[in-house]
Amino acid sequence: MTPLLRVQDLTTTFDTPAGTARAVDGVSFSLDPGETLALVGESGSGKTVTALSILRLIEPPGRIHPDSRVEFDGRDLLTLSPRDLRRVRGAGIAMIFQEPMTSLNPVLTVGTQIGETVEAHESVTRAEVRDRTVEMLRLVGIPDPTRRWRSYPHELSGGMRQRVMIAMALVCRPRVLIADEPTTALDVTIQAQILDLLRDLAQRLDMAMVLITHDLGVAAEIADRVAVMYGGRIVEQAPTARLYAHPAHPYTEGLLQAAPRLDGPAYPTPAIPGAVPPATAWPDGCRFHPRCTHAWERCHTEPPLIDVAAGQTARCWLRAAPGDPS
Amino acid sequence: MTRIRLGSLAVAALLLLAILAPVIAPYAPTAQPDLIGLRNAAPSWAHPFGTDMFSRDVLSRVLYGARVSLLIGVLAVAISVTVGTAVGLAAGYAGGAVDAGLMRVVDAGLAIPKIFVVLVVLALWEGITVPVLVGILGFTGWFGVSRIVRAETQSARGREYVAAARAIGIPTHRILVRHVLPNVAAPILVVASLGIGQVILLEAGLSYLGVGVPQPMPSWGNIIADGQHLFASAPWISTAPGLAIVATVMAFSVLADGMRAALDPRDR
Repeated sequence: MTPLLRVQDLTTTFDTPAGTARAVDGVSFSLDPGETLALVGESGSGKTVTALSILRLIEPPGRIHPDSRVEFDGRDLLTLSPRDLRRVRGAGIAMIFQEPMTSLNPVLTVGTQIGETVEAHESVTRAEVRDRTVEMLRLVGIPDPTRRWRSYPHELSGGMRQRVMIAMALVCRPRVLIADEPTTALDVTIQAQILDLLRDLAQRLDMAMVLITHDLGVAAEIADRVAVMYGGRIVEQAPTARLYAHPAHPYTEGLLQAAPRLDGPAYPTPAIPGAVPPATAWPDGCRFHPRCTHAWERCHTEPPLIDVAAGQTARCWLRAAPGDPS
Repeated sequence: MTRIRLGSLAVAALLLLAILAPVIAPYAPTAQPDLIGLRNAAPSWAHPFGTDMFSRDVLSRVLYGARVSLLIGVLAVAISVTVGTAVGLAAGYAGGAVDAGLMRVVDAGLAIPKIFVVLVVLALWEGITVPVLVGILGFTGWFGVSRIVRAETQSARGREYVAAARAIGIPTHRILVRHVLPNVAAPILVVASLGIGQVILLEAGLSYLGVGVPQPMPSWGNIIADGQHLFASAPWISTAPGLAIVATVMAFSVLADGMRAALDPRDR
């Protein structure tokens, strides 16, 4: 199967007074039609910048490196004209953000905001826009959509607003949805509802999804494949079940151990020592080695992505075959 | 009474007086009923604000002058707000070189005293008409507006819903009109209503200097100028339009202050 979205060597840097921050550094992954990929990592690991770079939403002083490629449906989004790029946004690839409270314009009704997406991409009559909007509100599970259509964002709860955001993003039936921490700002019960909704919609609309989250539980629940990011790089990528059963990178292992489990011991879970270093000063070699309990001299040189098992790769010397010269 | 009510009531009363001037005014503004007997006559029942040196009724002139002064104020501010908003939106949203270029122009505009610019233009221009005056006042008054709009645009641009709108492919002009402009509207309204008072003052100043509204059309500034050299013997001529200017500027200031308070969410 040819991938729908292929990200190759994506590098995004920010020029700051403290130096150049390599927020995303040579990230590559691909997404098949209908597949859900979770991008998992701590704050500052480059997940959000990766997502924004795909749609070229990076603002100066941010810069996407010219050697990066983001192919969607055979076209490189990074060299597309602004006009064609705008057509891809929303109609080909849509994105939803973390904060449903601030991602909706407070002075416009939800109907207007959803309808705006349709109007931006298709030539439709007012009545059609209204029908599409109401239908979409119904699809995302908003009760009484013909009335809610006229509501302002402040009249809706956080969960409802996130549903509206999803409706806005999906009304033009994009083939890829990038969801940046879509449930982080919500209550746990609402989180589950939104995740169910996203999974259900992805299936019904035959849509691929890139889910960005720091929550391994969320990733486990919804993703077909998980990519773990650390220090602007993907350090491990594997099918979901495989990753949780046999993590290949010490960082992934640490993350999994740090997650509290219902069937696990009740005492405090071990944390990974230290913190993510600033993106202006990544350590040389493997970026995780200062925090890694397994680190040795070889970790001062950068490990490549090493095949561990079918569909599983890890950026760690521990997985290199003995005597491998690379 | 809240400031916004007081302000809008005062402004509405002024506008009503200006619109109804032909009905209310006892005489035509340029009528000279008795050039010898009624020169510089003191206020009386027939002429509540007295008459000027050509025996014209000062009350009628002030009422008609309100039409001219308010019209110039409103139209000039309409021009400066439109231009200032457009420039401010462009600079604030585009950022970078566009922003830097436009803001240097604005800096230059703000650095030169406005009355000086206007005087120079008017000195080079033969036979000033009211539309020309409106144009000059309007096109020299937008610098400050563009600064405020730019600042508001920059803050609106950083909002998440603007990023969300961009992410789903809403065209830039729509983002500007639908998502940025409504957030910028509140300060624009405040600046506009303050600006009307300022333009009326400026126009009065120019007319007083004899380069504003051409005689014999009455404007508050040139009525004051008419009475200036008679201030010792016939003070009513300058006093009436002077008070009208004070009242108008205050009315618009109170309205602006009231709007600022009503539209500022931090004040709620």
